[in-house]
Amino acid sequence: MENIVIAGAGQGGLQAAISLRQDGFTGRITLIGGEKGLPYQRPPLSKTYLKSGDAAALRLRPATFFAKSDIELIDGLWVDHIDRKAQIVQAGDRVFPYDHLILATGTRNLRPPIPGRDRALDLRTLEDASRLRAALERPKRCAVIGGGFIGLEFAAVAALLGHAVTIAEAAPRLMARAVSPAMSEQFRALHHDLGTATYLNAPVTEVTEDGITLQDGTVISADVVLVAAGVRPNTQLAEAACLPVDNGIVVDACLLTQDPAISALGDCAVFPDPNTGRPIRLESVQAATDHARLIARRITGKSCDPYAAVPWFWSDQADAKLQIAGLAGPDDEALTGADGTVWRFAGDRLSAVETVNNAKTHMQARKRLAGAPIDRASLVAAGMDINAV
Amino acid sequence: MVKVTYIAADGTETIVDAREGDNVMQTALDNDVDGIVGECGGAMMCATCHCYVDEDWRDQTGARQAGEDDMLECAADEVKPSSRLSCQIRLTHAVDGLVVHLPRDQV
Repeated sequence: MENIVIAGAGQGGLQAAISLRQDGFTGRITLIGGEKGLPYQRPPLSKTYLKSGDAAALRLRPATFFAKSDIELIDGLWVDHIDRKAQIVQAGDRVFPYDHLILATGTRNLRPPIPGRDRALDLRTLEDASRLRAALERPKRCAVIGGGFIGLEFAAVAALLGHAVTIAEAAPRLMARAVSPAMSEQFRALHHDLGTATYLNAPVTEVTEDGITLQDGTVISADVVLVAAGVRPNTQLAEAACLPVDNGIVVDACLLTQDPAISALGDCAVFPDPNTGRPIRLESVQAATDHARLIARRITGKSCDPYAAVPWFWSDQADAKLQIAGLAGPDDEALTGADGTVWRFAGDRLSAVETVNNAKTHMQARKRLAGAPIDRASLVAAGMDINAV
Repeated sequence: MVKVTYIAADGTETIVDAREGDNVMQTALDNDVDGIVGECGGAMMCATCHCYVDEDWRDQTGARQAGEDDMLECAADEVKPSSRLSCQIRLTHAVDGLVVHLPRDQV
């Protein structure tokens, strides 16, 4: 294998390039990114960056790294087309042949079809975050559409900076996709204590010059409106190349698409859950980088083990560090322990552990979830001490 | 500027001039030092920037920060009394000349 092309220069795409070199790949690596500039970390955009504005601190690797590692980084160029037969990708007027192609195309923001939505700001790229920071230079009234991780992280920072914040969430609870109802409630209370008003079951019907309007007619005045209503996987390239797509680019347990010359990783990839076999798509740094490492090991012949990493997620909101180890299905039961830890169960099997400011339990859970399944009865018998099971 | 020496598991030494106020993890990444991953970007969410502080520098770098012990439990390589998360070691003049050793594995 001579030529590896990576479409997408986010944290996952970059990690694939780094891991390929670390695992001894000596051929050509071309990393193509649509955004201008060096690859950077996104998680801090809704956290420390909003406070500090320090873009240099987000950079994943310096420019010299790419020369030293012989990785050709092409920034500011979007891949337009994959020709699977000829094994080339086209980007603008350039053509890149590949022996293996890694799709690390990530996601784009979902902008719900609300009248006036163009008045709302986004928070996904460094450019978005920088625009948002600029909008917050003076005390403002902020309305946030969407009570997920990004919306809530922004809300917490904005409230602590002295802005008046309102959150409108269409679902009956906050972070409904990611955490248990008990945890949603804990964070609703946290934002309430920060002085933030939270509207639940409250789809937004319009963004106006003066703010937002909720479905029940409530008008919320705002100078700045942020839309943080989730993301959509960037599957257009794969779809146009006739690769199976179903809420993401479909890959097998080795992260290969139907085409043995094309892999996909990170936020844009749908892969079988190692525990249940269900197709899942994760939006996390952990999945992107662990996927990247697996693909590099497979390409370099170091290992062909199927993907089995334990998912983990985190969110910083004010002084609360929410950590999730594992992955719970939407209907998984929740059991709250005496220390506030929420234990999730898929039937009898421990599926996920949600903690706040409790790194010890989180890390123990990450370790134990990587091993043999833990059943509910044993955990209860051990007094909910995962290390004693 | 604050001088830091990174000694890789295979003995390779890299000496860099760091910006005062930066941390040992970020400085490694900014200077192409292999052997530090820093996956979470210093958010204390992983243990992929594990390092061993040289014996001569343990007093100056001080004790582990709150929460570091818990993270280090998941470090890929052996955890020793000198183990630290390098993202939690801030480079000030007090540690000018700091020497850290890097583990073989971070992931």
